[in-house]
Amino acid sequence: MAQEHCTNQGECRTGQFITLLALGGLVILGALYAFFTLEHHGHVLTGMNNQVVWGLPHVFAVFLIVAASGALNVASIGSVFGKDVYKKRAPLSGMLALALLAGGLAVLVLDLGRPDRLIVAMTHYNFRSIFAWNMIFYNGFFAIVGLYLITLMDRNLKGWSKPVGYMAFFWRLALTTATGSIFGFLVARAGYNSALMAPMFIIMSFAYGLAIFMVVQSSMYYWNGLVLDDGVRRRMKNLLAVFVGASLYFTVVFHLTNLYFAKQWDFERFILLDGGIYTQIFWIGQILLGGIVPLILLFMPRTQDAQKICFCFLAPLLVILGGLAQMYVTIIGGQAFPMQMFPGHEVTSTFYDGVVAQYNPTVYEWLLGIGGVGITFVLTVIAVRAFKFMPQDDFHVLQMRRSTD
Amino acid sequence: MNDQINTNSVEAQARRDFLKTGALVVGATLAPGVLFYGVAHSRAPEEAASSDKRYGLLIDTTKCGNGCNDCVTACNTENGLSGETGPQDSQWIRKVDIKDLRTGYVQSLPMMCQHCENPPCVDVCPTSASMKRADGIVLVDRHTCIGCRYCMMACPYKARSFVHEPLTDQNPEVPRGKGCVESCTFCVQRVDRDEQPACVEACNKQGHGAMIFGDLKDPESELNKALKSASSIEVRADLALNTGVRYQGI
Repeated sequence: MAQEHCTNQGECRTGQFITLLALGGLVILGALYAFFTLEHHGHVLTGMNNQVVWGLPHVFAVFLIVAASGALNVASIGSVFGKDVYKKRAPLSGMLALALLAGGLAVLVLDLGRPDRLIVAMTHYNFRSIFAWNMIFYNGFFAIVGLYLITLMDRNLKGWSKPVGYMAFFWRLALTTATGSIFGFLVARAGYNSALMAPMFIIMSFAYGLAIFMVVQSSMYYWNGLVLDDGVRRRMKNLLAVFVGASLYFTVVFHLTNLYFAKQWDFERFILLDGGIYTQIFWIGQILLGGIVPLILLFMPRTQDAQKICFCFLAPLLVILGGLAQMYVTIIGGQAFPMQMFPGHEVTSTFYDGVVAQYNPTVYEWLLGIGGVGITFVLTVIAVRAFKFMPQDDFHVLQMRRSTD
Repeated sequence: MNDQINTNSVEAQARRDFLKTGALVVGATLAPGVLFYGVAHSRAPEEAASSDKRYGLLIDTTKCGNGCNDCVTACNTENGLSGETGPQDSQWIRKVDIKDLRTGYVQSLPMMCQHCENPPCVDVCPTSASMKRADGIVLVDRHTCIGCRYCMMACPYKARSFVHEPLTDQNPEVPRGKGCVESCTFCVQRVDRDEQPACVEACNKQGHGAMIFGDLKDPESELNKALKSASSIEVRADLALNTGVRYQGI
């Protein structure tokens, strides 16, 4: 029996498995401590205030939610676009998508001012609110991807995997459109208010989700002493490069559009030139470490061993880091920039009008945000231990295909 | 016999006096109430707000006292706010100083919830806690606000505050609570008694008369007459929110 449960691990390494669980559990405990402390004392203990109302927890939450829909992309390429190499990875992709969404949503809920009223959010829907639509999309995502996983893993239901896979694909597109639109529909602030937000979030989700998938896949191969097939690795490397490049393209178009509108110049100057920490995170975090360096790593000719490290760990890890940087700039930077109520005027008040808002996240926000990653981690570790999520490549077929490519 | 007649007439006179006095006392007691009802038409608690009205406010920045903070103080007292101005403290109304960058012309004006006809905060609220009353007053339902702060992201006037810590010594008429979002209510508790919002009252008391509150749908209201007499603007008119608060002199 025990041996059955270890199938995916190659060998029973229960001690290490429990160590991983314990580490993840500790992180989750930290998040729970932060949650109960904030629930008792209020958000006064956070760095968030009436100017920056969404802080570090939202950076982690939105990143995880966006990455969740992106992680499902691997399965979609298999089921919707019929690529065999990706079909083998569909179960792992679906499971990761659920784990990421669970982590992201947990952070979002634990940060609410009144988390005890979650039931209100489930029973009172304002259909003009894209936030309310998101709740429907998130819950639907759990249901549809859960069903999709069943069709993928149950031999008798295999035939259903294509139609359900199609449904999951369109659902995840709708979900990320809605998540991007949380910002795109905000008319008030210079940093948002753009129809580009939705497609940009979709393309970024492809990059973040695939990067996380590649890190998890590489870890599983490493854990089991296996080596990922070169052909598979090359394909995924190229796909990641396309997504990272496309994310950079959308970022350029977003800022170019703003630079064309005189009323947006101050905001662009803030993000691109003199926004302090936000300018630094944008150029160094989002563009350099999250975009240009991964592209160089992915395309630079190297020796076989160096390639493995760069392709499977370093480049995707940098894309993940860049994703968090992008969310920080988008979410916090967009709020820190002062709202322009009186164009052409210098504005001052006791409510911090006209000045760049200050935001310094406290330990509670870090604990909450990283707690979301912890939840995703623990769910993933348990899932890959208990079920067959290891991609089952038919290497003979792969070899054949490569020789004919 | 004459004595008897005299006694009877004295008794009758006393009875007439008693009735007269009684009628006067009763009249004096009831009349103000009847008159007040006739003049005020105050809404009964069980009566819903009417869409026949739309409450609005006109602010004349040329009359607004530079350095005067009376409207803010009155709001804080009326609604039980601490008056602290830290980044996490609630401010329902604030004085904003604006300086024209080309001319250097300086003005001071109060800024608060603009009670939009098409409020972005109401659109984005997932639970409909952020809502607009039939008479145009934008409020937050304290029972269904989950504290997500999306309305604060959406408000173009930075009019909303989040309650960051537990509260004590609240005004029973203005319930507030940790973890919920709040903003100017036009002092709805006073408006429902046909009184003026605290800020408007304080401004008039100070003699500035920079704020006129009233019914935008009543052509005879002082507010409408003032609006017709001079041009006024909405802040961020580009958003076409049709605000209930308008400004003259900017």
